[in-house]
Amino acid sequence: MALLEGIPAPLTPAAATKVLVLRNYVVYKGAWKLFITGFLEPVFYLFSIGIGVGQLIDTFEFHGEAIPYAEFVAPAMLATSAFNGALLDSTYNVFFKMKYEKLYDQMLATPLSTGDIARGEITWGLMRGSVYSAAFLVVMALMGLTQSWWAVLALPAAILIAFAFSAVCMAVTTWMTSWQDFDKITLAQMPLFLFSATFFPIEAFGDGVLRWVVEATPLYRGVVLCRELTTGVITWESAVSVVYLVVMGVVGLLVVRRRLDKLLLT
Amino acid sequence: MGSDMASDTTSPTPSAAPARPARPTGSLSAWEGMARQYDYWLTVLKRTWRGGVVSSFLTPLLYVVAMGVLLGGFIEADPDQLEGATSYLAFVVPGLVASHAMTLAVSESTYPVMGSIKWHKTFFAQLATPLAVRDLVNAYVAFVMFRVASACAVFMLVMAPFGVFATWWGPILAWLSQVLVGFAFTTLVFAYSAWLKSEEGFGLLFRLGVIPLTLFSGAFFPISNLGPVLEWIARLTPLWHGVSLSRMFCVDQIDWALVVLNVVVLVTLTVIGWFLAVRNLDRRLEV
Amino acid sequence: MISARGLRKSFGDFEAVKGIDVEVRRGEAFGFLGPNGAGKSSTMRMIASVSPVSSGELRILGMDPATDGPAIRGRLGVCPQEDTLDNELNVFDNLYIYGRYFGIDRATCRERAHELLEFAQITEKAKAKVEDLSGGMKRRLTIARSLINNPDLLLLDEPTTGLDPQARHVLWDQLFRLKQAGVTLVITTHYMDEAEQLCDRLVVMDKGRIAAEGSPRQLIDAHSTREVAELRFGVGEHEALAEKIEDLGERIEVLPDRLLVYSDHGEDVVTAVLDRGLHPIATLVRRSTLEDVFLRLTGRSLAD
Repeated sequence: MALLEGIPAPLTPAAATKVLVLRNYVVYKGAWKLFITGFLEPVFYLFSIGIGVGQLIDTFEFHGEAIPYAEFVAPAMLATSAFNGALLDSTYNVFFKMKYEKLYDQMLATPLSTGDIARGEITWGLMRGSVYSAAFLVVMALMGLTQSWWAVLALPAAILIAFAFSAVCMAVTTWMTSWQDFDKITLAQMPLFLFSATFFPIEAFGDGVLRWVVEATPLYRGVVLCRELTTGVITWESAVSVVYLVVMGVVGLLVVRRRLDKLLLT
Repeated sequence: MGSDMASDTTSPTPSAAPARPARPTGSLSAWEGMARQYDYWLTVLKRTWRGGVVSSFLTPLLYVVAMGVLLGGFIEADPDQLEGATSYLAFVVPGLVASHAMTLAVSESTYPVMGSIKWHKTFFAQLATPLAVRDLVNAYVAFVMFRVASACAVFMLVMAPFGVFATWWGPILAWLSQVLVGFAFTTLVFAYSAWLKSEEGFGLLFRLGVIPLTLFSGAFFPISNLGPVLEWIARLTPLWHGVSLSRMFCVDQIDWALVVLNVVVLVTLTVIGWFLAVRNLDRRLEV
Repeated sequence: MISARGLRKSFGDFEAVKGIDVEVRRGEAFGFLGPNGAGKSSTMRMIASVSPVSSGELRILGMDPATDGPAIRGRLGVCPQEDTLDNELNVFDNLYIYGRYFGIDRATCRERAHELLEFAQITEKAKAKVEDLSGGMKRRLTIARSLINNPDLLLLDEPTTGLDPQARHVLWDQLFRLKQAGVTLVITTHYMDEAEQLCDRLVVMDKGRIAAEGSPRQLIDAHSTREVAELRFGVGEHEALAEKIEDLGERIEVLPDRLLVYSDHGEDVVTAVLDRGLHPIATLVRRSTLEDVFLRLTGRSLAD
């Protein structure tokens, strides 16, 4: 049976993830311009809103402490860019690969499983996102916008945000049928981006139900978590945010796996 | 074109050296050329307008609420700091609508243009009829401008009751200047898309063009906040000229000399963009 | 290699495969023939272990796809109907990365990729983008890719659809060489010449069932005659004339533009027709082909 030589047993989940990351890395190597510029978007926002608009604003109160506007906006940009990146990767890109490129179909003709695909795609997205987040944190530190060593933990926090949204958004994408459906994604993305206490304090929503609703949304939890870490004002809320995002990500991952089985293995 | 030069000197047949085929200007009048595509674009509009609602109206409206109303609530309303606007909302609305005109114009003339060339090849099909390249560009620009103009108009109407406009006629002129922004960006970006081979370039256009322009052309804050050097750079961007016009008319602080300058810049860019668009599309479709 | 008993596949209320029995032996080239919608592709996807079996029994290489999917897929080569190449990777990386999906080590992958580029005659395109390849090259790359893991069993779904005649012959030659090398081939096609060229044994599928089974020769013998005489008369005359020559062949088929007379001796039929004072505009005597079998079994109306 000479033909059988050199064909090892099916890959372990870790090995499969590594191979899928390799595939994306090979593709992305050619697009380094896109990679570099991807980092710029949150920096532009920071300079424009944080500095430009910031000159019109004195300070904001955060957990009882007055902080300059740029320091207030910067961690929010860290969180929202992790969110935006994860969303883009796990909706548009996954949809394109699934429906148009038929990429997952070819992968499934090999020993890879749908779980491998979900893990591989999300891992790649997180790796890319964490490079951006780390770079942004460095920019913040250089501009004097970090107030404590807790800020180092803002990197894992940003990765956690990206993980939670990647998993959930990928799950949502499996229900999409056409590009028109992406308007609904935008419909969720824009309000989250703009109203998660990103550019103004949560107090702007008053003290009623609206504020509680916002406080229960995932991106708000991420923004506040990052803000608590970079300003060094850690509270019990930080732990709530972490648990919230972890649960969200794990549930998302389970749904993705089930949905991909249903969609691709018919 | 090198091959043309060579054929001038070496080719024995005199007919082998036509400068360029006379395709850009067809046999139809410009008007007739556009009119014949009316039904096509009407069908496209019918099919796609629903999707446009979110990007055309909802997104900018959310920005107005978030930045203008909620963030604006924390900003002291000092007309000296806000280019004459009596509130941050009044300051930010004309800028947002102008930059929205740009965003719409750009997104309508990037992927769809490349699609008509590369993916569904609509332009090739249309060019197999008496329509000429010039007619395709005209009708395309007209369609995009219809969307930009209507989106901006609806937007300005929605904002009217919120007391952000100083006069009744100012917003109308402001709307015209937003339309002018749309024209400049539609033609320029069409020219870029007709030239571009891979869609990767669009990612760069958005990240290095649209986003910085939106953020630094005076839509969200007075460009004087940027410091003298960056302020002058901002003045050189096409969007600033549109924001400047739009805001001057809305808050009724009009410097007519500046108005003339802004209009001349935008009109010049439109004309240049149109010529480039026709030229680039012609080169691209000649295979 | 493959053994199916009462294999069924349904999608909701629609039953694509309605209970088929198939046995594919090592080293043979086995064909699934049938019009569009006959259930060929559904069967292939079940064999490829990416589509769960609705009912019945299926064993691939002695294993059950429901439990050993990854292990089975590790030893299969799949060339799907539409090229599912990775458009974001260049030609070489398409082979290399795909090989890595099987867990083949880097050095072996690289070596195999070079060999397969050679095999598919696209070595000079190694660095090219997939979208710049011609249709024939893409198809050859897809087939090369399906061989990256030295499969025991190669599944080819409509391998030559959309190719020009030259490219088809190149492919046939390559598939023939693989067969010589001992690879078991399973092919679906609706090209009869392809089935006759490549397959040792085949089944004709129609509406989810197997309509006939055997070698190409056996099928022709069983469901057609040795020769066919094609007679063309004036438009509209065929129906009436058919009755006059009914007795000349084993079977007569009336088409809008000609009459087909099935007989073991075609030339005798033509002579007899002329003797009866009938004057066809054109006549043709040819050997019976699988196409005749196929159309006999699955009918002439369009499937979709």
